[in-house]
Amino acid sequence: MTETTKTILSEHTRSEIDMWLEKYPEDQKRSAVLAALREAQHQNDGYLTTELMDAVAEYLGMSNIAVYEVASFYSMFETEPVGRHSISVCTNISCLLMGSDDIVNHVEKKLGIKTGESTADGKFYIKCEEECLAACCGGPMMMIDHKYYENLTTDKVDEILDSLD
Amino acid sequence: MSDDQITIEVDGKSLKADKGQMLIEVTDANDIYVPRFCYHKKLTVAANCRMCLVEVEKAPKPLPACATPVMDGMVVKTQSNVAIDAQKSIMEFLLINHPLDCPICDQGGECELQDLAMGYGGDVSRYQEKKRVVKDKNIGPLIQTDLTRCIHCTRCVRFGEEVAGLREMGATGRGENMEIGTYIEKSVSSEMSGNIIDLCPVGALTSKPFRYSARTWELVQKDGVAPHDSVGSNIHFHVKGDRVKRVAPAENESINEVWLSDRDRFSYEGVYSDDRLQTPMIKEDGSWKEVDWETALDVVKDKLNGVIDSHSAEQIGILASPSSTLEELYLLQKFASGIGANNIDTRLRQADFSDQDSVSQFPYLGQAVSEFESVQSALLIGSNLRKEQPIINHRLRKAALKGAAVMLLNPVDYDFNYPLAAKSIVAPDQLSVELTAILKALIESSDGSVDAQAKQCAENANVTDAHRTIASKLVDSDNAIVLLGNIATAHPQFSLLRSLAGLIAKISNSKLGYLSEAANSSGAWLAGAVPHRNAGGKECTSAGLNSNEMLQAKLKAYVLMGVEPELDCWDSRAARAAMNDADLVISLTAYRSDEIENYADVMLPISAFVETSGSYINNEGISQSFTGAVPPLGEARPAWKLLRVLGNIFNLDDFEYQSSSDVNTEVMQSIGDIKAENMDHWRSPVAIEKNAADLQRITETPMNMIDPICRRAVSLQKTDNVSDGAIHINTALADKNNLSDADTAKVEQDDDAVNLKVVIDDRVPDDCVLIQSAHPAQIDLGAAFGSIRIAKA
Ligand code: SF4
Ligand code: FES
Ligand code: FES
Repeated sequence: MTETTKTILSEHTRSEIDMWLEKYPEDQKRSAVLAALREAQHQNDGYLTTELMDAVAEYLGMSNIAVYEVASFYSMFETEPVGRHSISVCTNISCLLMGSDDIVNHVEKKLGIKTGESTADGKFYIKCEEECLAACCGGPMMMIDHKYYENLTTDKVDEILDSLD
Repeated sequence: MSDDQITIEVDGKSLKADKGQMLIEVTDANDIYVPRFCYHKKLTVAANCRMCLVEVEKAPKPLPACATPVMDGMVVKTQSNVAIDAQKSIMEFLLINHPLDCPICDQGGECELQDLAMGYGGDVSRYQEKKRVVKDKNIGPLIQTDLTRCIHCTRCVRFGEEVAGLREMGATGRGENMEIGTYIEKSVSSEMSGNIIDLCPVGALTSKPFRYSARTWELVQKDGVAPHDSVGSNIHFHVKGDRVKRVAPAENESINEVWLSDRDRFSYEGVYSDDRLQTPMIKEDGSWKEVDWETALDVVKDKLNGVIDSHSAEQIGILASPSSTLEELYLLQKFASGIGANNIDTRLRQADFSDQDSVSQFPYLGQAVSEFESVQSALLIGSNLRKEQPIINHRLRKAALKGAAVMLLNPVDYDFNYPLAAKSIVAPDQLSVELTAILKALIESSDGSVDAQAKQCAENANVTDAHRTIASKLVDSDNAIVLLGNIATAHPQFSLLRSLAGLIAKISNSKLGYLSEAANSSGAWLAGAVPHRNAGGKECTSAGLNSNEMLQAKLKAYVLMGVEPELDCWDSRAARAAMNDADLVISLTAYRSDEIENYADVMLPISAFVETSGSYINNEGISQSFTGAVPPLGEARPAWKLLRVLGNIFNLDDFEYQSSSDVNTEVMQSIGDIKAENMDHWRSPVAIEKNAADLQRITETPMNMIDPICRRAVSLQKTDNVSDGAIHINTALADKNNLSDADTAKVEQDDDAVNLKVVIDDRVPDDCVLIQSAHPAQIDLGAAFGSIRIAKA
């Protein structure tokens, strides 16, 4: 590991990655790439930079492009700068039937941005979530930073968003 | 019939096949055509395009021929309704997103997609929606991308991983948004990158220098041999009118397979450089005058005779490029001996010639190019193999990936695209020390039948486990080779390295091989274009001066053929001084340059490599002949014709040739059988001269600086593989001298000093300074190796 990788990936990130690495055979380090990218993204408040991806590549002994391929494939990785809190309002069939359109409109209005955009202060990002989040029984629902909020109403959304720092 | 053979039926014909073969391999071998995009015989199977779907009896749906292993009794139909339907549907899918820009696409006319669309495509598209568009990426000066045309076959991606050994292209994004590219703006850096142009079945990756300069159906294909390394890759010139527009590999399984290095692919641009010399010129009272050939040759005759009369023919030095053809070199030496001159050399980047007589016919590669992929171990001494001999490196890489131990002894930590079993990076003066230690390790482990002199020379070596590992890997392999590369050849103790390498090879029962620099380095020995051999490579009784001696001796006259001495010779300063101080310099050259115009008296325009017929004898001892693909520019003439006329003008005997093949017949007769073998001659190590306080200079010649043509190939010159005119030093040495990256340093060698930029480069060992040759800024420094001093400017 070069000095640069050490400074780019925090000690905490590296120890998390190491924990994942233990689960895989020594010569299959690349298996940990998803976990490693997740940690790296977390360290950087929600999005990956080329620098971070290169550091992950070096840490796992992969070529840079192979890491870019993974990061750009999975929708849970952001490769452009986005707001700190990532909001995904599910608009798939069950949630749609339960009124997810209103929720989306409300969130957009409240934050003054469209889906796919981040607020100017870098606090919120409304992610375009294409798939069902598998909480259909609680629709309409949204996910903020990996946490699920179900049976939403506009009031409830206000409450949740206001509580975030 | 052996157990591994089975029989299958394809389109009613019964075919023999090997177990485990893919169906497409069997159909290809039997000339049954199955359409394909992603399958390529030199790459792994991806089976992602589905174009090769065929009907297999008992299978519920069509199967991809490229990914279906054959089974005994299999019945296959490639032309049935099921197969054709499947192929047509795939074609329709592929064309959904493919732009209809064939009229402006460089691939048009040689596009696999276009061809198959003719065969399998519908005439009307049922697709009404928007097509996807992909933004173009700049991946460097050699390859043009038009990624909207990409059909995602991933051949280029697999090439990176499997052949270049350097994954640079990838598929990022997903589904509809998937894109092939480098993701970040980046030039691909593989020395074989141009091959993805050939691999790409569509016009997504095409040649940047060629772009929009011809339609493929206007091009005529001619055969040739690549001139920039010593394997002699087979090539096709694509010619329009009188100009070479493009170069592509010609398949030759025993040499370059289907590949070509970027240097060999793009060097043709140098042929059309603005400074091509197109008429004979003579210098009169300090200014240049265009003259006709007759006048020019009369001047040559008068002036050369003048030197011979007032001094002697011993005052003439003849330097020729080792990428000249066999015929040119043969006639040059014949002309030389005709006028009584025996100072002739083609070994320009070399300084230690002391044991030149011990070499057999020529410095031989040690084994066939194709055999490199089956070695079990290799010890590489002083070589940046990837850049020096990309094709051999590719073969050796295959061996390394199969588990061969490739071991390295180098003065710079060069990048290799495969795992190395051992690596030792030491200063130049330590190369022999390391080799001696390996030798001692071998002697220690051998059964004692080692001769006394070997023992004696290894006596004081300091053996570590690293040396023992290298020794035992060589001994334990049935098929091992010890190789000396360009840096070893340029080393001031080359003869010593050669002896030690020879001994190591002998004791470990390995082969010994030389990696020569240029296309005809071997041919030059056989043609007699070295001072100690006569025509045919025969022993010669009175050796002339070698290249370095000729320059140091400051002779009265020099005759140059395809050489820019200040850029091509081992001691650039001595070369420049010798040229400037000479009474007469006659340059047979394809180019004019300020430097040549400054020192030369006569410039005779000779044709560049694509413009002449001739032959090269590669490092393996294989002679390959070719014809000129295009006529020479302007008044330029093939050097062999020029030399023939010179022979006539000087009234020399036996200079009546009708064609270059007449010359070839004569050379080949004088050579007789080419004996490709290396004898291991050696002598005891001499004490190493080194002034302890000094730094050591290391010189490399970047791959695209190797000869006058490459140096003028504009696109190659935009790559990283060129000289930067800087000193490369490691962090420790920079700190010691209070230098940082991009500073200017005063660099001194002997009594001359120049200011050069500093590049911090930790591939360089302690107390060494790496300089790239053939850059104008460093000419006045001089010798390629030796002691050097640096300080903050
Ligand atoms: S760029 Fe060409 S070779 Fe690469 S995936 Fe696309 S079509 Fe295939
Ligand atoms: S549809 Fe919204 S969670 Fe399933
Ligand atoms: S060639 Fe068989 S799937 Fe592409």
